[in-house]
Amino acid sequence: MNEGIRIFPDSASTFAPQVDLLFFTLVAFAGALGLFLTGLVIVYAARYRRNAPAARHRARGRSLPFEIAWTSATTIVAAIIFAWGAALFLRDERIPSDALVVNGIAKQWMWKFRHPGGQREINALHVPRGEPVVVRLGSQDVIHSMFVPAFRVKQDVVPGRSTELWFEATKTGKFRLFCAEYCGTEHSKMTGWITVMEPEDYADWLDRQAQAPSMAEEGEALFRALGCSGCHGASSEIRAPELAGIFSRPVATETGTVTADATYIRDSILQPDKHVAAGYRAVMPSFDGLVSEAELQALVAYIRSLSLDEEVPQ
Amino acid sequence: MTDAVTGKAPDTGSYLGEKHGPRAWLLSFDHKRIAWLYLLALTAFFFIGGAMAVMMRLELATAEGDLVSDDTYNRLFSIHGIIMIWFFLVPSIPATLGNFLLPLMIGARDLALPRLNLASWYVFMGGSLFTLFAVLMGGVDTGWTFYTPYSSIYSNSYVSAAAFGVFIVGFSSIMTGINFIVTIHRLRATGLTWFRLPIFVWTMYATALVMVLATPVLAASLILIVAERVLGLGVFDPALGGDPLLFQHLFWFYSHPAVYIMILPGMGVVSEILPCFSRQPLFGYKAVALSSMAIAVFGFLVWGHHMFVSGQSAYAGILFSLFSFLVAVPSAIKVFSWSLTLRRGSIRFPTPMLYALTFLFLFTFGGLAGLFLAALVVDVHLHDTYFVVAHFHYIMVGGMVTAFMGGLHFWWPKITGRMYPEFWGRIAAIATFVGFNFTFFPQYILGYLGMPRRYHSYPEEFSFWHVMSSAGAIILAVSYLMPLVYLGLSLVRGRPAPADPWEATGLEWRTSSPPPQENFDETPTVTGPAYDYINPEPEAQDKGAQHEHGQPERSP
Ligand code: HEC
Ligand SMILES: [Cu+2]
Repeated sequence: MNEGIRIFPDSASTFAPQVDLLFFTLVAFAGALGLFLTGLVIVYAARYRRNAPAARHRARGRSLPFEIAWTSATTIVAAIIFAWGAALFLRDERIPSDALVVNGIAKQWMWKFRHPGGQREINALHVPRGEPVVVRLGSQDVIHSMFVPAFRVKQDVVPGRSTELWFEATKTGKFRLFCAEYCGTEHSKMTGWITVMEPEDYADWLDRQAQAPSMAEEGEALFRALGCSGCHGASSEIRAPELAGIFSRPVATETGTVTADATYIRDSILQPDKHVAAGYRAVMPSFDGLVSEAELQALVAYIRSLSLDEEVPQ
Repeated sequence: MTDAVTGKAPDTGSYLGEKHGPRAWLLSFDHKRIAWLYLLALTAFFFIGGAMAVMMRLELATAEGDLVSDDTYNRLFSIHGIIMIWFFLVPSIPATLGNFLLPLMIGARDLALPRLNLASWYVFMGGSLFTLFAVLMGGVDTGWTFYTPYSSIYSNSYVSAAAFGVFIVGFSSIMTGINFIVTIHRLRATGLTWFRLPIFVWTMYATALVMVLATPVLAASLILIVAERVLGLGVFDPALGGDPLLFQHLFWFYSHPAVYIMILPGMGVVSEILPCFSRQPLFGYKAVALSSMAIAVFGFLVWGHHMFVSGQSAYAGILFSLFSFLVAVPSAIKVFSWSLTLRRGSIRFPTPMLYALTFLFLFTFGGLAGLFLAALVVDVHLHDTYFVVAHFHYIMVGGMVTAFMGGLHFWWPKITGRMYPEFWGRIAAIATFVGFNFTFFPQYILGYLGMPRRYHSYPEEFSFWHVMSSAGAIILAVSYLMPLVYLGLSLVRGRPAPADPWEATGLEWRTSSPPPQENFDETPTVTGPAYDYINPEPEAQDKGAQHEHGQPERSP
């Protein structure tokens, strides 16, 4: 990474070339149009300056063909750029189902990450090259935003909900991570590094980290400790829905069918009244204030793992 | 007295000479004096806000955060934004030039509601001084955007007081807006039909509509913040059962249209200056007039483009992106029309014209940058980086402030009865152009490189562009201080201005400089279109005409 004068950011994800292609097309278009207009004004200013011997006549101050022409031309150009940007955006929205799930917590003023195996990192994240990675993000306090310029990705981290950012790195190396949403005193210190490694190196690296229970195991322990299993367990007396196999599948609720994604699970735990599973009584208590953001992520990981055994459809 | 047209010495019988003393100014209902009250207050705010900007640029001249602490830096950019947006840009042209010129341009004696006009100034002063007081007490560190739940729960600065002051100032906007709408509907001179109005009046009308319709939503969201902070009402903080994104929706529902409050008047000013110094009617008058209205309407449909990465649904993002591209069309129409106004003109380049051309250039490049930000995937990368900072400074400073300076010089003879020094004016205009581009062009590059905004310190690799930007800021600051000095001096030393120093066509030039208290000695009537300029070079015209008829051009 060279110091001094930089003009181009690193380009290290599958998104980067796509975004750059549109970006530089826009640079070319904006540059051409801007310079054309500037040139036009300069030429007029020189040719028609007062006392210059130029051909003039009393202009009519309007020209319908001109006006129609440029109005439709701008509309068409705008439509093309819009469609291009929107098409890529929609395509990038879809997270590959085989993505490696990393959990991330943002708080004033640090990033905490946990790998599926339970390995923890602060202000740093190691990921394998060539594999889709999705970071499931939660905030403990205010809004933050996870921004990795070299990947051309950014996602706000909003308290009270779960958001996701995904990418597939294409180059090994160290790339900057920023918090892009102003979050208070040390906002500019809320930075870190994403380290992209070859998949083998990544596996080695994981092994070398302090061994902790995996996210799902931690979630399972919580599931018992918090008494969820008392209702959701197979031998329970209270009638509560079976959680195995629901993840990423449509579930029927009293207000309509929704997909049981991370946000749905979160809501079920914090605001059980928001979506009541169809055919059940709304007896589940809210765990709002009893579980931290990190614990929520562990619970979600556990419930997700209950579905992994039988192939998550997507 | 009917020789107002030929011009009289200033001060005799003018609104400036009527009555003296602070009471006569502070309690005057005369729109011209109220315009001065606003002008003085806004000038003060502009330089306070500007001083904060200079401090920030000095801090950013080095990568480490060494000049001020991080908390101080956060307060600097917050106050810079709050002052510049709400206490300068929103009222700038409407409350000063608009207040002064609107009645003159439509041939009226005053605004329709003179008392409301004076009241609006007091409300403005009350609210803005209250916020300034909060700043002196310890500052605000939420940014001008007050995003929740940071602003409502976590920040330990004087958020409630600052938000309350902004809330109050909102009422002064609404008052001005109502006043302008009523005035334009009711007080136009005989013969002054809608499509004979100068574009400046059209833009005042569009601006006033947005002020009246959007500001209440801002008021609501600010009050909700205060309610959550003070009363613990759960509105935006999820810990209290609220929704933080709700605030962003409410806030941008106002603040996006507010962007048009902050640029439409500037468009109005250059639409007056360009035809005057080209001796040509404004190209595509009707399209320009109606595009202002289109901007005002579409402006209400694009607020979600500030939230593409906030976690709002992807489909909402796509819809907002589409509308944002639509808003680009009327703006493009204006740029083309302004450029073509020069064609076949007979162009002079005094200070106002230099500012207007600077506006044209900077607004074009700021607007084109907007296309990048409206394009969804590109915005994902550029959002909340210096690219956005550069984009809106090109529009707000390069556009609006430049137009304001142009307008101030253009109408200075009318307002004060004195000419400003042309030489210094041109130097200042050129310095603005140079300083501005040095300050803000590097920020486009910084943004693309990934430099986030609102950073007190930054990685070494961004240094080069930051240093360039800081150097430019010094030139820019000087270019704004110069007019303060020479315009101030011209008040006493300037050459007396004739009624119509630019040979311009608007009604405001048909009365003496400065105008009498009742504006016109005789109520004017209008018989022709706006911008009825006649090219003063008949020989050139003849030659042009021959050329048009297909005869070979004689070599001169
Ligand atoms: C008092 C019994 C009870 C406890 C304790 C309980 N739940 Fe529930 N839960 C229910 C019932 C009943 C429903 C179905 C009605 C509803 O959706 O509110 C439910 C619904 C759910 C759902 C939605 C399932 C679907 O098919 O839509 C999830 C997810 C869930 N619970 C997770 C948990 C977790 C995690 C815990 C522990 C933190 C927990 N529950 C604790 C009774 C309970
Ligand atoms: Cu942050």
